[in-house]
Amino acid sequence: MSDLDELYQEVILDHNKSPRNYRVMSDANRKAEGYNPLCGDHVTVYLHLEDGVIRDASFQGSGCAISKASASMMTAELKGKSEAAAHQLFENVHKMLTGDGDGENGDEKVGKLKILSGVCKFPARVKCASLAWHTVNAALQGENKQATTE
Amino acid sequence: MKAVSHLAESRAPSGTFDVMRLREDFPILQLKVHGKPLVYLDNGATSQKPQAVIDALNRYYSLENSNIHRGVHCLSEQATTAYEAARGKIREFINAGLDKEIIFVRGTTEAINLVAQCYGRSFLKAGDEIIVSAMEHHSNIVPWQILCEQTGAKLRVIPINHDGELVMEEFRRLLNDRTKFVSITHVSNALGTIVPVKEIVALSHERGVPVMLDGAQAVPHLRVDVQDLGCDFYAFSGHKLFGPTGVGVLYGRAELLEKMPPYQGGGDMISLVTFEKTHYNVLPYKFEAGTPHIAGGIGLGTAIDYLLTLNWHQLAAHEHKLLSYATDALSSIDGLRIIGTAKEKAGVVSFVLDHVHAHDVGTILDQEGVAVRAGHHCAMPVMQRFGVPATTRASFAFYNTIEEIDVLVRAIHRVRKVFG
Repeated sequence: MSDLDELYQEVILDHNKSPRNYRVMSDANRKAEGYNPLCGDHVTVYLHLEDGVIRDASFQGSGCAISKASASMMTAELKGKSEAAAHQLFENVHKMLTGDGDGENGDEKVGKLKILSGVCKFPARVKCASLAWHTVNAALQGENKQATTE
Repeated sequence: MKAVSHLAESRAPSGTFDVMRLREDFPILQLKVHGKPLVYLDNGATSQKPQAVIDALNRYYSLENSNIHRGVHCLSEQATTAYEAARGKIREFINAGLDKEIIFVRGTTEAINLVAQCYGRSFLKAGDEIIVSAMEHHSNIVPWQILCEQTGAKLRVIPINHDGELVMEEFRRLLNDRTKFVSITHVSNALGTIVPVKEIVALSHERGVPVMLDGAQAVPHLRVDVQDLGCDFYAFSGHKLFGPTGVGVLYGRAELLEKMPPYQGGGDMISLVTFEKTHYNVLPYKFEAGTPHIAGGIGLGTAIDYLLTLNWHQLAAHEHKLLSYATDALSSIDGLRIIGTAKEKAGVVSFVLDHVHAHDVGTILDQEGVAVRAGHHCAMPVMQRFGVPATTRASFAFYNTIEEIDVLVRAIHRVRKVFG
């Protein structure tokens, strides 16, 4: 598979075309906005937390296929996870995207998100994929935080 | 779409415009990217450098390196002579009246900040108005916003129409007794629009309002004559004019520059320093504190020497051919919309593709060896005006070819294929 085919896999294109959990959440108790000042991409992440567990996750915003697919898959993956597990997932995904991972047991550490690993071959696009993750990290730290990729 | 034919009065020799021969002057154009020949269509961001400029930098550091305006030794005198000769070439290139009206700066951004701070803070006060346009680069917005915060002056914005042209009636309406400064781009970096700056200068001067022009995107395409335009300040960057990065030019009318305080304090900008009082140096040195980018200044002079060997009539005709060919070819792609369809345009085709974000377009084009800019082009208000988050921008230089535009078009079809 070429680098480009690896980046734009069917699953990613599908999440881009029909993003999951793409909605404003009226009963969110955690929310954060994320900006990529370099390109103007913008995402808002909503979480509903109960007893330290993410019961619901959604997002809205504008960005490229990579950022949209990443946010879409992220919200699907976060539902039902504890705050601690969500934070660990953020760390693991970040390592995968920046190519810092140990390359072993990758599937177990990031689950379905492994499909985003092709991004690390496109340094200019790493921030597209990580924007939603930085944003959810800010949301977990408190209400109405802002995150940037810088 | 009409041609850019402002490039009159070429001082260059006549002859045929052989683009393939000219491309040999630019070593980087022989490169391959991802195994494909480089198709460099990001000239609006920065242009490539001819061998002559690369050689000038090499020669300076190998044989001439020394500080200027200081040493009594041979090398320092040579470096000073070469640097000041570059100033003279720049003056001639934009037809300024005096060498001392040419201030070396880091680039267009610094030139605009210099004028905002040195002119603006001295002569503007609360309630005064500064006019810019809705198609400015951030570097011609933010320095004025900073000045407004400092002085209480207000920023007024000339709107643009759906083609990306200034609405001149609105400009006439905005000009009033409170207007104390006008700063406008000559050519839009995001849209390619050529702005009727001569008319803007004339209307502003009727009211005694000084005008600054951001020429960063104009000088690579149009022969600029600052005296003919009548502007008070004109700014451009060396690196977009086939010269080195880190050096640029502020032209200012001597009468205004004389009245302005220095921008930064330091060496070279003084004539006498005591702890009681410091006397500033004369123009242009008053605005050139510290050791400048000597190699850069000399390199920019060399870029201008190179440009003057070209026939600018033919260069303009070639660039017009590229623009109209690209406009036609891109327009015929399904779901592609060109942003910026002004009657008078220079060297830029900005576009959006249905259901595909500019970043994804940029990444796929890059895999085909095609370098374009994808994003907001440091002109977020322009993106807002057209209701798009970002565009893909192909920006041309005289060394681009029709065949390269064909490669661009094929690469866009590949984007379509990937995204189904």
